[in-house]
Amino acid sequence: MLAQQLVNGLTLGSTYALVALGFTLVFGILGMINFAHGEIFMLGAYIALLLVTMGGFSIFWALIGGMVGAALLGMIIERVSFRPLRNVSILAPLISTIGLSIFLRSLAQIIFGAESTRFPVSIKTEFFQLGPFQISLLQIVILAISFGLMAIFQAFIKKTKIGKAMRATSESLYTAGLLGIPVDRIILLSFAVASALGGVAGILLGLNFNAISPLMGKMVGLKGLTIIILGGMGNITGAMVGGLFLGFVEVLSVGYLTSSYRDAVAFALMFLVLLIRPTGLFGRVVR
Amino acid sequence: MIDAYTSQVLTFIGINSILALSLYITALAGQLSVGHAAFMGIGAYTSALLMTRLGWPFFLTTACGALMGGVFGFCIGLPTLRLKDLYLAIATLAFNIIWVVMLMNIEAFGGALGIFNVPKVTNNWTVYISLGILLLFFHRMQDSRLGRAFRSIQEDEPAARAMGVNAVYYKVYAFTLGAFLAGYAGALYAHFVTFISPHDFEVDRSIEILLFVVLGGAQAFIGPVIGAVLLTLAPEVLRFLAEYRLLVYGLMFVVIMLLRHEGLIEEDTFSWKRWSRTFRREDRAAAP
Repeated sequence: MLAQQLVNGLTLGSTYALVALGFTLVFGILGMINFAHGEIFMLGAYIALLLVTMGGFSIFWALIGGMVGAALLGMIIERVSFRPLRNVSILAPLISTIGLSIFLRSLAQIIFGAESTRFPVSIKTEFFQLGPFQISLLQIVILAISFGLMAIFQAFIKKTKIGKAMRATSESLYTAGLLGIPVDRIILLSFAVASALGGVAGILLGLNFNAISPLMGKMVGLKGLTIIILGGMGNITGAMVGGLFLGFVEVLSVGYLTSSYRDAVAFALMFLVLLIRPTGLFGRVVR
Repeated sequence: MIDAYTSQVLTFIGINSILALSLYITALAGQLSVGHAAFMGIGAYTSALLMTRLGWPFFLTTACGALMGGVFGFCIGLPTLRLKDLYLAIATLAFNIIWVVMLMNIEAFGGALGIFNVPKVTNNWTVYISLGILLLFFHRMQDSRLGRAFRSIQEDEPAARAMGVNAVYYKVYAFTLGAFLAGYAGALYAHFVTFISPHDFEVDRSIEILLFVVLGGAQAFIGPVIGAVLLTLAPEVLRFLAEYRLLVYGLMFVVIMLLRHEGLIEEDTFSWKRWSRTFRREDRAAAP
């Protein structure tokens, strides 16, 4: 039983990790939280749903389409909420994205209705037995995609020139600009990547739980916040480890405590971390 | 005199104004709280429970509601002192969520269903007299030692400390007072709507209160009140939009941030000096 929970936790955690990566990327570069990230997550799932139901595409193409759609949405948000408000105050982009999240959520509710739907695709639920662990094909697919994306992302950030430019910009926007890095474009790209990851996470989570709803972004968005605080805001490893950790904690708390406390556990953890070590488990202590 | 509907709207305007001011006072000392609905809920539940279970009189239950709010405010404000800006906001957000989840699981306090049949004692007199006293307090506070201490902390905390301002004392003071007022408003709310549940005090409500202050502006104490008035009236006025209401609501904040992020009311919006400048001929001729 515990073994099964671990597998479930890993699967859930890997999707959370993708969401957290999106948050942490934006925070690392701009020092701001995109409160609409949860809605990007949700809309990624819906874009994929539309592609499958109306476009007749396979789930594979829907995944790509969802990523692209989410990336575009993220870029629009950057242009609307972050670029014009960059030097105004810390609060302004936050408020703007809160407003956007309300807008996007109700838009989704109007277009898709408030109840939850499911992906009409069913990846055959074959179960594989690996020692004490029982894992379904779906979970293998989800894990493969999540970890694959995380690996690609790590390589991108560490090995490519653009990745280096992103890291430089997150160190210091101003200096990066002085060194000739096209800061505005890098920021836009970061948003695109962050949102693409969020969108994929939405699709994967939708597949995992076999349900998508317009309200799914809200809680996940808040949990993504918890994760980056646990792992250190702006820290990529922290986001990934934190996401996995939260996945485990949630699944275990549902299994062994009452499920109604599930959400509280995540936030209680976050609160504790904020009190004891505000920079997060992996974060640097701010001078 | 006035019909029941208008009276109801007026009551909500009054309660929301008190809520807005409660958030404003924590913001004055440089602390952003995105969990104020929890304090409101604490006040609401305390007063509702005291009245329905123990039969205590109105003024006592509201006082206790406010006090409980203050107690929790103190308990949260103290350990979170060293958190700045965004981190504090997230911590208060977390507190709000945790509080709601805990409350939903405590059957003794009504669980997820809430508390019914709270006697409807609040009326416009109570609300507006309280609001009046509050506004007087804010007006007098501006040039007082307290007000200036708050402002100095908000402007530049290290400098304020260097000047001998006890930042710890004042920050906790502001936070506790804000929570106290929110609790008071919550008690008024409970005794007006007669039915409360944890869902009334979720993060959405905290964000709603935050938006009163954002719209109205945190420059002058009348700002949040104006914000509360406008945003309480808006759903009534926009009622014809039906299900598109939230769309407009959300979009409104994006637009406000782009056009006038400090909020509607600036420090000198109500000063004669500022507006008379536009009318004086010499100044107009000088303008390019």
